[in-house]
Amino acid sequence: MQRIGVFVCHCGSNIAATVDVAAVAEAAKSQPGVVFATDYTYMCSENGQNLIADSIKEYGLTAVVVCSCSPRMHEATFRKVADKAGLNPYMVEIANIREQCSWVHKDTEIGTPKAISLMKTAVAKVNLNTPLQEGESKVTKRALIIGGGIAGIQTALDIADAGYKVDIVEKTPSIGGRMSQLDKTFPTLDCSSCILTPKMTEVAQHENITLYTYSEVESVSGYVGDFTVEIRRKARYVHEDICTGCGLCMTKCPSKKAKNEFNRGLNTRTAIYTPFAQAIPNVPVIDTEACIHFRTGKCGICAKNCAVQAIDYEQKDEIITEKYGAIVVATGFDLIDLKPFGEYAYNLSPDVVSSLELERILNAAGPTSGHLQRMSDHRQPKEMVFIQCVGSRCEDDRRGKPYCSKICCMYTAKQAMLIKDHYPDVNIHVFYIDVRTPGKAFDEFYRRAVEDYGVDYIKGQVGKVTPQADGTLLVHGVDMLDQKVVEINADMVVLAAAVEPNPDIRKLATMLTLSIDNNNFLNEAHPKLRPVEAATAGVFMSGVVQGPRDIPETVAQAGAAAIKVVGLLAKDKLKTNPCVAQSDELYCNGCSVCQNVCPYGAISYTEKEVRDHGVRDTRRIAQVNPALCKGCGACSVACPSGAMNLKGFSNRQIMAEVDTVLCQ
Amino acid sequence: MTIEEANIREEVLLICGCDVTRCMKCGKCSASCPAYDEFDIKPHQFASYIARGDMYELMQSKTIWNCLGCFACVERCPRDVRPGKLIDGVRQAAVRRRGGTHLQPEDIPSRIDPDTPQQLLMSVLRRERK
Repeated sequence: MQRIGVFVCHCGSNIAATVDVAAVAEAAKSQPGVVFATDYTYMCSENGQNLIADSIKEYGLTAVVVCSCSPRMHEATFRKVADKAGLNPYMVEIANIREQCSWVHKDTEIGTPKAISLMKTAVAKVNLNTPLQEGESKVTKRALIIGGGIAGIQTALDIADAGYKVDIVEKTPSIGGRMSQLDKTFPTLDCSSCILTPKMTEVAQHENITLYTYSEVESVSGYVGDFTVEIRRKARYVHEDICTGCGLCMTKCPSKKAKNEFNRGLNTRTAIYTPFAQAIPNVPVIDTEACIHFRTGKCGICAKNCAVQAIDYEQKDEIITEKYGAIVVATGFDLIDLKPFGEYAYNLSPDVVSSLELERILNAAGPTSGHLQRMSDHRQPKEMVFIQCVGSRCEDDRRGKPYCSKICCMYTAKQAMLIKDHYPDVNIHVFYIDVRTPGKAFDEFYRRAVEDYGVDYIKGQVGKVTPQADGTLLVHGVDMLDQKVVEINADMVVLAAAVEPNPDIRKLATMLTLSIDNNNFLNEAHPKLRPVEAATAGVFMSGVVQGPRDIPETVAQAGAAAIKVVGLLAKDKLKTNPCVAQSDELYCNGCSVCQNVCPYGAISYTEKEVRDHGVRDTRRIAQVNPALCKGCGACSVACPSGAMNLKGFSNRQIMAEVDTVLCQ
Repeated sequence: MTIEEANIREEVLLICGCDVTRCMKCGKCSASCPAYDEFDIKPHQFASYIARGDMYELMQSKTIWNCLGCFACVERCPRDVRPGKLIDGVRQAAVRRRGGTHLQPEDIPSRIDPDTPQQLLMSVLRRERK
């Protein structure tokens, strides 16, 4: 029989207002095994902790029940107290009488009996607790960053500067991400690539960073400190180590009609290409769908012209396997599909463009060499209309997103000012619902667009954009403040499309067992206090994959993710959770049900010789790898013969709790 | 808001099945409305009028008789407030209070003006078929 101490917390008035805590302590005294019970205002305070530690020594307690808040809150605190007082920390049970009792009930009539019932179940369980020992696991001192945009680049640089090895896996042929597509950045109007390319070069030259561009994560196994990741290096058909980046192949390539993804399809590129001039690595790839050689077996002009014979049409995808201690997900975003917004005529006219397309048009390296012009007739527009919130704050989930995309108000003001700066004769009208500018120097920036540049802001969403016979676009809207119809014959319409997480995140979330919300953004371990950690230990996040944000916020978060990774990699060993599954070889009938339900691949089967009632027998039995087991308990529920038990939550313990609740 | 107005509001919300608190005043309904200039109370104002309970004002407005029922606003509303249904609901409530004005299907042909747009007839049929 255990010698149990029960400690009931008031939590100020959080618990004491709806639960008669003294009555709970009194009721505990008559429970089997309980030798001491008391209540105290704040059990988690230093005095409260000392009370528990002293009682353990004074009464020779072998088990402790704390009736307080959720175990997520203070279980670790009370386990530490027990450990210091010489008691195995896993002999502590928490009865949650706050979140599951006092906070959900309004009076003591209901609160007190329920708290007593919760206390009784915890006592019944702790009677069957056994001391458990934490194991140790090693830490591989290498981090993996998935995504090579500004979020991934900054995280990699910060980790690498701290002295740890970092690998970046980037899907496209070059790092740089969305930021490399932008012209200028708000609110300071720095040239985007001028501030990004030095960082890209630093990544390429850093001795601690290895770049895997044109590569994707194929599979992930393992656990915090010891992940094993398979990376598919897609065939470039150009040897990275031989190519000098002279670019002759690209000038000679006769296939010039492939859609240029980097310029959002506004112009074309050759079949062998680098996405943009400052690409890192500066090694082209061959787009096999556009390449004449891959389609017909002829051509081969690039190979003939390559002075160093870097081109290899026979190259195959290669899978490499690498071990990592931590993984950072930084897969970024894309704009939503604008085709379902028929009323804005995105499909009907090339002069209706998305904001990212306009960004390419304004960029000196873009499809129009930075000259503002209509994509239909290359004429410079005179009247321009910007439509805000296209797909943002939209409850219609077939085409929009319910959230605010956060960056559109600011980049629209930026684009309007850049245009006004170069072409003062262009009239710009911005149809907005709300102008949202929280941030340092943000509202001043927007006011500058209105006051200094004369950008016309109209409150009200546009109803319809109709292409006219003369090539203009008739924009029909309403000024909600004047209650007047506004009709503008625009030359160009820009849609501020909602951002959405890169769709690849769904596949990655499955591989890494991450939780994602309804909009495919990653969920944090805690939205306020653990904002860069995923619920899966050892996985961190950075950038828009977590929610809409701008560049400074992304860079700050990248630093936060990096320090978390460094904190993890700095440890030589990690403590492992001892609450893992265990298979009883005498009960196991070798049915494989547990192996099939285990989400972590922790269960394997072996042939083993066992002695059952003096009879020697060779049986096929389940074995749990405690390093892989996360203690979810799926196997113990699924096991038809009751052979699987979760340590600390054994079938007997759970049944003891249920019996206590039912037998009152 | 009087008790009577509160009752009318409840009736209107029952008829149309819309949630006016979801409106974010973006004005896309008004911007989509082909009869905007014929309205004294504009489509985007309906949600706030109903939220406030100014039902008498709405029932006396020209809007409820000038709305074509083209449902462009219903189709394009990003918040699923569906202002066209709100207008429809207020009109229904107004009609119910007048009494004896129910139109019989056989009366319709004799009343049709040859200039009446076909779309109007279609939308009348669509919205009256309840």
